[in-house]
Amino acid sequence: MATTYDKIATTTLGSAAASITFSSIAASWTDLRLVLVASVDTYSPGWIRFNSDSGNNYSFTNLDGNGSYASSSQYSLYSKIVAGKRSLQISSNWTFYTLDIFSYTGSTYKTSLLSESADVNGYGDASVQVNLWQSTSAITSINLLLSGTANYAAGTTATLYGIKAA
Amino acid sequence: MASTYALVSSQTLASSAASVTFSAIPSTYTDLVLKMSTRVNAAQGVDNLWLTFNGVSGTSYSSTWLYAPTTSPTSSSQTSDAYIRLTAATVADNAIANLFSNDEIYIPSYVASQYKPISSSTAPEANNANNNRLVNAGLFSSTAAISSINITSQAGGSFMVYSSFYLYGISNA
Repeated sequence: MATTYDKIATTTLGSAAASITFSSIAASWTDLRLVLVASVDTYSPGWIRFNSDSGNNYSFTNLDGNGSYASSSQYSLYSKIVAGKRSLQISSNWTFYTLDIFSYTGSTYKTSLLSESADVNGYGDASVQVNLWQSTSAITSINLLLSGTANYAAGTTATLYGIKAA
Repeated sequence: MASTYALVSSQTLASSAASVTFSAIPSTYTDLVLKMSTRVNAAQGVDNLWLTFNGVSGTSYSSTWLYAPTTSPTSSSQTSDAYIRLTAATVADNAIANLFSNDEIYIPSYVASQYKPISSSTAPEANNANNNRLVNAGLFSSTAAISSINITSQAGGSFMVYSSFYLYGISNA
């Protein structure tokens, strides 16, 4: 049976880092899936950019539940995707998200779907989010960033998979 | 090269069962994905499922869920619980015939010596007022590797014939 789900690269941080980058992503697959299990040293949202593009080319719509109420919000002309509505967890609590990036080598704008969860036995967050990057370029790098001086904590793991349709 | 996404075990019920357990899960993978299509013989349109690991009960679980019935979406949570709650995750037996749920549970880093975050996405569309879409954030407050998974119905109903459960392992090695 042909392999359709491949690991492209993985990073497990041995020490704190301000960002995680997957670069030189080959055009060998149809879709990408990013899996992140992260903790940070200072509350910060997770930011995502493709090909290091910091222009106002991103938009996203989020449906979020925080255990008390549900809400939906939409953001346009952003310089990055903000992954989920709330900050990543700190102090060895973990936020987990998957990001599915469809047709990442196509010459159309790039859509992606994010599913985010973080429960810390006292409060939590579950959300789904659709994202758009208005670029016709193939995605060759993914930057996982944070705001201000925040760092991803040691033990944070990010893995990029490639999924083949052919 | 080792397979990145591999079937660990599967169960398709030939007779009803009060619960389903995957045991002796090897620590060979990085993440686990459980895909289920279920129906239970409880007398309500949809039913909640309970998830436990390693036979642990007590207060080691918590859940936050985002729930979209036919009316406005809502969110709720449960802390220090005896199981992870997969709210409205399965179809009960007074739903339309031949209908089963569609559920996926993702368990990352299941052998890591840290608390285990869980995410799930479920969608038992029942062609009536019991239409539901749920995403769930769960936590298993244990640093032990997950070696078994148990799934039961909150209403105490049994999983019906043809309910299917597929456990996959994903390796990033």
